[in-house]
Amino acid sequence: MSRPIDPELLDERLRFTLREVCRICDVHAQFLMELVDEGVIAPLPPPGQRRLPRRQSAWHFDGIAVVRVQRAVRLQRDLGVNLPGVALALELLDEIEALRQRR
Amino acid sequence: MEYRDYYAVLGVDRKASQEEIKKAYRRLARKYHPDVNREPDAEERFKEVGEAYEVLSDPEKRAAYDALGANWRDHQEFRPPPGWEQQFSFGGGGFTSHDAGFSEFFEALFGAAGGPGFHRHGRRAGGFKGADEHARVGITLEEAYRQDRVEITVPRRGQPPRRLRVKIPTGISDGKRVRLKGQGGPGIGGGEPGDLFVEFRLVPHPRFRPEGRDIHYELPVTPWEAALGAELTVPTLGGDVKLKVPPGSQSGNRLRLKGRGLPGDPPGDQYVTLKVVLPKPTKAEHRKLYEQMAETMNFDPRAPA
Repeated sequence: MSRPIDPELLDERLRFTLREVCRICDVHAQFLMELVDEGVIAPLPPPGQRRLPRRQSAWHFDGIAVVRVQRAVRLQRDLGVNLPGVALALELLDEIEALRQRR
Repeated sequence: MEYRDYYAVLGVDRKASQEEIKKAYRRLARKYHPDVNREPDAEERFKEVGEAYEVLSDPEKRAAYDALGANWRDHQEFRPPPGWEQQFSFGGGGFTSHDAGFSEFFEALFGAAGGPGFHRHGRRAGGFKGADEHARVGITLEEAYRQDRVEITVPRRGQPPRRLRVKIPTGISDGKRVRLKGQGGPGIGGGEPGDLFVEFRLVPHPRFRPEGRDIHYELPVTPWEAALGAELTVPTLGGDVKLKVPPGSQSGNRLRLKGRGLPGDPPGDQYVTLKVVLPKPTKAEHRKLYEQMAETMNFDPRAPA
């Protein structure tokens, strides 16, 4: 057994640049933009700024977005659904999750 | 090794058309996709379905598979016929599928799917980035609360699974994922290693129900505790605490124990839902008490407010 490793929690507090999200999720920036257009993920302003810059390369994303992008990639690849389908599936899955927790 | 009946896995006839096979695969893939289905065996079923489709969707592989004959049963002991590998040329590579590990049966027939997966467009100065790996671990609420170090098992194709210990981070709740940078597959040709993603799942608890970082707990109380108020002992993940039940409480009222949920910034709270339990009037004296209430309290819960 190796020494313990401290993990990075992919939550709403974590920030990644657009480039980092592309690298972590192995997707092109174009795909991220399509997910933003579909409302699957939301871009954030860089730390210390209040407004979303016009330049997309300056956009940031949180840890939740990384999880959603990865899920979107898997759903698209494995089930052959198009982007609006992925967006709908993710939304319904979120809803099921919320209902399951409330019970 | 075991024979796999790919037709049975997809639930189609041996004479099924490519279209029927694709339809059956799509339906089962949707059903068992691990992002959709939370059942513990979903991932296993999803991989089986993917493997079956990998073979039956490819006319060449399907013909080779069919050549084994139709008299095999699923999971029957199987040995590949001699000269099998010369008959068809299935080297590594050329696989359409995901990073799914295929069965021993599949690999005996068609070879291992081309080495460790790497990034499709990860070519950079200094080689390929290693493959990302994914794992899932079930933890108890107590472990989550104490932020224990838990053992994670990462399945790896063709190799024994890797085990490592990971500290449960602050802010965890059911379904949250963490990234362990550089802990995925090794890079190729000097490329950086991939990442390991771990999903934490909270296993059901007999007394506590988590909702995000909050904890819900149902506390049974007597009618007089609810009516007159009481100081009661309530279990929390961090141990017993005293809870003041205010006078005039009703069944279903919720009381909040601030910061007694799962750790985070801010930490979750524990919500205590009161459940008034009426004692059964088993003796004449008990009946008399209820009768006395009926006479003196002049109470109608159905009266319009």
